[in-house]
Parts: sequence; structure tokens; C-alpha cells
Amino acid sequence: MAKPDNATGADLHPKTTEDVLNAVAWAAGEKLPLEIIGQGSKRSLGHTMQTVHTLNMSGLSGVTLFEPEELVLSAKAGTPISEIVDLLDEHSQEMQFEPMDFGPLLGISSGQGTLGGLISTNFCGPRRLKVGSARDHILGVTAISGRGEMFKSGGRVVKNVTGYDLSKGVTGAYGTLAVLTDVIIKVLPKSETEQTLVLNGLSDQQASHAMSVAMGSNAEISGAAHLPAGIGGTSSMTLLRLEGFAPSVEYRIGNLAKLLGEFDRQQKLDNTTSGDKWQQVRNCTPFSSCQDRCVWRISCVPSEGYKIAAAISNTTSVEHFYDWQGGLIWMQIEDAENSKSDLIRAAVRSNGGGHATLVRASTAIRNNVSVFEPQAAALAALSRRYRENFDPFSILNPGRMGN
Amino acid sequence: MSGLIMPELDQKVLNRRLEIISALGRIVPGEGVVSDENEMRVFESDGLTAYKALPFIVVLPETVDQVAQVLRYCHQQGIKVVPRGSGTSLSGGALPLEDAVLLVMSRFNRVLEIDYPNRCVIVQPGVTNLGITHAVASQGFYYAPDPSSQIACSIGGNVAENSGGVHCLKYGLTANNVLGVEMVTIEGEIIRLGGKHLEAEGYDLLGVITGSEGLLGVVTEVTVRILQKPETARALLVGFPTSEDGGQCVADIISDGIIPGGMEMMDSLAIQAAEDFVHAGYPLDVEALLIVELDGPEAEVDYLIGRVEEIARKNKSSTLRISNSEEERNSFWAGRKAAFPAVGRISPDYYCMDGTIPRKELPTVLARMRELSEQYDLRVANVFHAGDGNLHPLILYDANIPGELEKTEKFGAEILKLCVEVGGVLTGEHGVGVEKRDLMPEMFTEDDLKQQQRVKCAFDADQLLNPGKVFPQLHRCAELGRMHVHKGNLPFPDLPRF
Ligand SMILES: Cc1cc2nc3c(=O)[nH]c(=O)nc-3n(C[C@H](O)[C@H](O)[C@H](O)COP(=O)(O)OP(=O)(O)OC[C@H]3O[C@@H](n4cnc5c(N)ncnc54)[C@H](O)[C@@H]3O)c2cc1C
Repeated sequence: MAKPDNATGADLHPKTTEDVLNAVAWAAGEKLPLEIIGQGSKRSLGHTMQTVHTLNMSGLSGVTLFEPEELVLSAKAGTPISEIVDLLDEHSQEMQFEPMDFGPLLGISSGQGTLGGLISTNFCGPRRLKVGSARDHILGVTAISGRGEMFKSGGRVVKNVTGYDLSKGVTGAYGTLAVLTDVIIKVLPKSETEQTLVLNGLSDQQASHAMSVAMGSNAEISGAAHLPAGIGGTSSMTLLRLEGFAPSVEYRIGNLAKLLGEFDRQQKLDNTTSGDKWQQVRNCTPFSSCQDRCVWRISCVPSEGYKIAAAISNTTSVEHFYDWQGGLIWMQIEDAENSKSDLIRAAVRSNGGGHATLVRASTAIRNNVSVFEPQAAALAALSRRYRENFDPFSILNPGRMGN
Repeated sequence: MSGLIMPELDQKVLNRRLEIISALGRIVPGEGVVSDENEMRVFESDGLTAYKALPFIVVLPETVDQVAQVLRYCHQQGIKVVPRGSGTSLSGGALPLEDAVLLVMSRFNRVLEIDYPNRCVIVQPGVTNLGITHAVASQGFYYAPDPSSQIACSIGGNVAENSGGVHCLKYGLTANNVLGVEMVTIEGEIIRLGGKHLEAEGYDLLGVITGSEGLLGVVTEVTVRILQKPETARALLVGFPTSEDGGQCVADIISDGIIPGGMEMMDSLAIQAAEDFVHAGYPLDVEALLIVELDGPEAEVDYLIGRVEEIARKNKSSTLRISNSEEERNSFWAGRKAAFPAVGRISPDYYCMDGTIPRKELPTVLARMRELSEQYDLRVANVFHAGDGNLHPLILYDANIPGELEKTEKFGAEILKLCVEVGGVLTGEHGVGVEKRDLMPEMFTEDDLKQQQRVKCAFDADQLLNPGKVFPQLHRCAELGRMHVHKGNLPFPDLPRF
């Protein structure tokens, strides 16, 4: 078959690693940018790009190794996350970092996404607090750099310090460094059961305090979220999740309830109700209905979360809720010209620091503001050199993470 | 050392020694610069004592600003720099170079902030691993990664090596417990990656720095997360007639959904040596001894002890004890913790290896190791982080017998190659350093290694930081940046398109 036509743009569907290698080598040779997509579920994240050609990775699919006893799974980058989740589920295992389903938030169908996209965006769920994010569960990758060269990093074992950890190094890079072809992750047993202790009616500040007390205890909490009134229901809900073996969960939730005795409007959610509630928190379901509003995702120092939200809502009208003990704020805001990025970022800066990412906004707005947190000059320069050493001609998702 | 080739000495730099000493003395006044040969001797090796070299000049900075100035000066003058923490590396990562400034971070020894509401601590890199736990123990907290060297090793060194320990099976390695660092590049730029918030922004450079063995930057501050101490911990001490049974027991525990706080295995020679040394009451008629520690809330631990016991019995355990007191639990660990010195008593020298294998390969690897042991006529004792497949074979030898060190190193290399062959890796926690440098091609292709070195170029284009470590061959960054493509002439396959 002929070479893709440069002018009209090609939609490349590689089926093998070799195909990907050839496609990227071709693009590198011609200095032609490629947009890399899996199932396209996260296509509206990041900056818009001026690419003509797409490299569609969804044909590079399939679990290539799964050894439940060894807690390891390897799959082609285009493998649907749903396929992996189902397979793991059969063995009562899971990706412990709770991959987020962007369907509700971005107004697309649920259950979309590929492993490559998951790793490249490094999103995770409420369990972040306890077990980290995708980057903490990646063991190895095979990838094609923007130079059109294949490299691998890591392996299939957890304990590995052989060479730089480029597996982490390409995680969360939004496809701007290399095209992932194979990913090896650590998988873990699912908890036998879960329960959630709910504290009703707390203010943001009271919730912040309560979550901090709970997290500082040895209740081994695996989720701490606060849904202010209007989001959790008519009254606010502070959610504290406990997972594990049944006798352990029972014992811990009893202790926790006592520890938080000063907050007397308590309620317990059983395994199923708790699971549903946390799924909503994880997938940002509360902001699924008003698709025309912008959504920011703010990562901050947990104890400072409520101050940041207060500083912003004093000035403009927003809706928000917290995950990660307050260290993650989801904030929905009117679709204004610059989406209040200055206001939001100033509030983060003056309350302990962190970063704010615009995860839902019209193309016009995303072209107008920095979607990702701008970096200090020295770090920005280092990041640029880092990228150039993978992708010297900026052919992989150029500009997706900004300049 | 046998045959180890280090980067060529820079004669021009060597010739300017006095001038460089006085320039560095202006940056770090007082006792901050050590140039006397006798005083420098203490730094001539790290934990891998078979390798020694006298540093060119030793500098002990006290402030970030001094670090930045020293690095900027060295960068401008083209002088190599080797960072060093406590010098406990077992792979020669902190081995000095004769034409390099040894930048010793031990005066960075302060705990800067303890933040209980956010459960994190900010420390200077020279604080010891155990020092962090000590700083927060009164409030019932601890820092989870626990290398056996924790009394001595520095947190900066831990970051550089991505160190692990017994508790990493459940609580993760250094990389999973560090939230942020401040580091200084060779150009003297101060950079912050991450912080008290839970995820760093942009590229995961924090992930890249962790485990980079001092080749990418000098870490000057570390933010780690701390955990509440588990309510209780209990252990089982289980003996098996064969290592296969022991290995299967480990697999079954994990398949049952149980992730113990620690799970360690020893083979018969290690058991024997440990028992002779500390009299821990270990059974001597078993081939494999497993310690399984469960920690957490009392209700959980008691429940899981029962389940693990059942699994162990199903796997033909020949002895089984369960700790009923802290004293008893500690006695189970006493032998394991003393395993290295115990082996040191039965042999003039020992060489500690550090490969990781997929757990299921344990019986195969142990069998092959026995064959190699006979072939080389050298004994091996094995201690093993069983939960995560990290092996520590200890090869027993006598350095006074001519040629025996070389023979030992060869044997060690064969073990590591075997680890790679069965799907494992060269090093699980001790790092590549100089020790495993020349074995890197066993695991990586030329392209793999070149991409790693390109990352180095982003941080240190002149390759002045810790050269001669990790990579078997140094390529210039200009050469690594070159692309061998012929525009328009690339082969193009039949890519399905529409
Ligand atoms: C008896 C013994 C037991 C051990 N047990 C374990 C174990 O259980 N698990 C384990 O993982 N390791 C273990 N080790 C190995 C060693 O303790 C670790 O690798 C440790 O992290 C090294 O820390 P250090 O401060 O001594 O670093 P050094 O030995 O001084 O340096 C190690 C590397 O880190 C770099 N470095 C040091 N400080 C900095 C800094 N501030 N910035 C940038 N680079 C820096 C150096 O250049 C060098 O490459 C053991 C060692 C011994 C001697």
C-alpha cells in the first residue's frame, strides 16, 4: 500500500509493534506530527493540536500475560480498559489505583478508554491517598520514541532499580514523548468488602478537620471525600471508606465512629451502597449534567483544600467537591473567557501550592488558557529538554501539554 | 574492580588541584573542603568495599546555595562531581573518581517540617532513614521503606537508589513514598518536583530522579509521606522440606488476597548460619524457612494468622510457630536480621547479590544456583524477599586466596544473568553503580540504553555528574541526539488506513 498522503492526512491503524515503529519512523523522517489516539475517550483533555495524521492504537490490543499469583499483567497499549477490568475481576483482582471513567465528566459513553491512554494521562481514583496513582503501579513499558526507535524500560517484577525508571518517565506524558506499545502493570487482590462512614452536615472546614483526624488514625482509610450540600444531597456528606477483610472492616469502622464521636450525625454505607457512592466520586459524576460548564481539577495540600475553594468561591460562583482528604478539588465553573484560571491558580499558590488542570472546557477556552499548570522557568526548560530527548522534532501529540 | 574501566582521568583538571581547592573553599568556607589525603581516606569507598579510589577533593556543603554554587563552578570548569550520602551503597554508586569532587551531603541533617494533618515530613537529604521515623514516632507514625541499613543510610541516598526493605511488599518502595524533592542540577539550577500535594505536575521527573543513582541531580530536600503505625503485628515462622513447598506457600498466600507486611525466606545454609550466630530457635532440618508478618488492626491480624496457617499446612509445612508476643515476634526476626553478619562469621568474605525474579521461578533458580555453586566451588547462602521475588544470594569466598574474588564476581554475574533469563532483573534494590554496569546489556538493547542516556543529556549534557556509573559505555550527547533517518526513504509497511 502506498504512503499516506501528506496533504489530506492519514488515519493509521497499526496492528503490530512493527507497524507502529514504521509509522513513527516515517513521521520522524518526514517531520510530520501525529495525533496518537486509543479509543479517543480522552481526546478533549489537554491542548488542541494542529496534527493532520492520526495514529490509532486501538488495533494493537490484547492481554499478553496475566499471572494472578505473581500479581502481574501485561497488555498491548490499545487494549480496552474494560477488557482488563473484566479479566481481573474473574480472579478477584484489580488495578488498585482505580482508573477513572471519563464518560460522565466528558459527556461521552461510559467504559471507554485503552490501557495506553490510561497510563499516558496518569489519572487515578480516591484510593490515591493510600496506594498512589497509575505511575505507582506501572512496572514496565515498551515504546517507540519520537525518533522512531523502540525502547523498553522496567520489567515484570516489582523490585527493580535497573537503570532509570522510564516507565514512570513516560507515564502521564499525554503521548508527547513516545508511543506506548506494551505496558506491564502490577495488579492486586480486590478487597473482600468495604463500608463507608458518612458524617452528615459538616462545613468544608469541619470536614477537612474530620478527614485529617480519620486519616491520622490507624483505621487505614482508603477514601476520604467531602460532598458539600447541593452535591451530596440537601445536606453535606463527608465520606470515609474502609476496605479489607470483613472482620477487619467491621472492627475499624467501629473504632472510627467512636473516634469521630463529636460529629454525631453519622451513617454507615454497606458494601454495595458504598461502592456506588465512591464510583460517583471517582468519575466526577456530580458534574456530568451541565456539560457546558468548565471543570477544573486541583491537586493541592489536603489540609489547604477548603481554603482554596473558599478563596475562589468568595469571588465567583462555583460548585466543588473534594476527594483525597481535600487534596483533590473538582470544581465546576461558568464557561467564561479565561475560565478564571488566574483566580484559581492564585488561590492555589497562596494556600500551600499544588496545581490546577482544566479538564473540561470548550476548544476556544482551551486555546486561550494554559490547560496545565505553568511551570517555573528552570523546570519548564528542563521539561522541554527532557521531551526533546525523546521527540526531537515534536511529532508526537505536539503542544498537547502546552509549550 | 576486576577489569573495571572508569572514565579517563582529566589531566587538565588534575593539574589545577590547588586552584580548585581554593575556589571551592571560597564557596564552602571553614571545614567544608577536605583535601588532605589521610582525611579523604574515609571516603575512598562505599558499601562495596572491593572498589576503592581516592577522591580528587571532598566538599561538604551546608546550604542549598552552596550546593548550587559548587555545581555551577564545577560545570563551568568541566569538573566531574560524585554525590554521596552516607556511603552505604552496595553497588559502588558513591565510589569516588580520582578527578571528581566528592560532594558529601551529610551536613544536610535537619528535619525541616513535620506536618501531621497531611502526614508528611520535609527533611534534608542527609537525615538517616531511621531518623525520619524517630522524628515522628512519639505521635505513633513511621516512615515505611526500611532498608536493613536504615540506621546509617541517608534519605537522599534512598531517593537516589529507590531503596526498598522488608515492608515494601505492602507499603511500596522509596518511589511510592516520596511526594517531592528539591534538587540542584549540574548547572546550579534549583528545581522543585512535587511537594506536599499528592501528585507532581507535568512529566514525572520525580519518578525519573528516584533511582537515578546520583547521575541527574543533587537532591537537597525530600518530602516523604509517613504512616500511622499499625495497631499490632504478628508473625509466623514456617519451615518446609523443600524450597518448592515454600515457594508455593508464598504464591498461595498472595493468591488468597493476602499481602503480608513482610514475607522473607531463607535457605538451609542461611538458616544454619543465623541459628549458630543468634540462637533464634530456627529449625535446622528444613530446606526453606519462611517468616510471614501480618500487621494492621488486631482483628485483622488475628483473622489472617489463621488463614496463613491453614495455607502453610496445606503446603506441607514441617514446622510452624506463631508469635504470641512482641518478644516472640522479634525472636523470629532476629535470625533473618542477623543473616548477613551471620554468614560473615562462617566465611572470611561474602559477596551480596541482588537480583529479582518472578516468584514462581524460585525453585528453578535455586536449583541452577546449586549447580553453579558446585561448578565454581563456592558456597552460596540465600536470603530472599519472598513476597516480591528479590533474591539476595550471598557468595562465600576468601579474598586472600588469589583469584577467588574474580571467581566470585564471575559467579555473581552468572546468577544475575540467570535472573534476567527467567524474566527478572539485574538489581532489585541495590542499584547498578559500577558493580552491575557492564551487565546492563544483558537486560537492555543498545537502543534501550541510548534512550536512558538521552534522559541523562536533558539533565547533564556534559555528563559531569557521577560518570562511569550505571552505563557501560558513555556516548556524547551530540552523538545520542543525531538521527539516522533518510528523509522520505524509509520503508513503509502496509498500514491499514482509511
Ligand atoms: C548492611 C547494608 C544493608 C543494606 N540493606 C539494604 C536494603 O535492605 N535495601 C536497600 O534497598 N538497600 C540496602 N543497602 C544499600 C544502601 O544502604 C542503600 O542503597 C542506601 O539507599 C544508600 O544510601 P546512602 O545515603 O548510604 O547513599 P550513598 O551510598 O552515599 O550513595 C548511593 C548513591 O546515591 C547517590 N546519592 C547520595 N546522596 C545523594 C543526593 N543527596 N543527591 C543525589 N544523589 C545522591 C550517590 O551518588 C550514589 O550513587 C544496604 C547496605 C548495607 C551496607
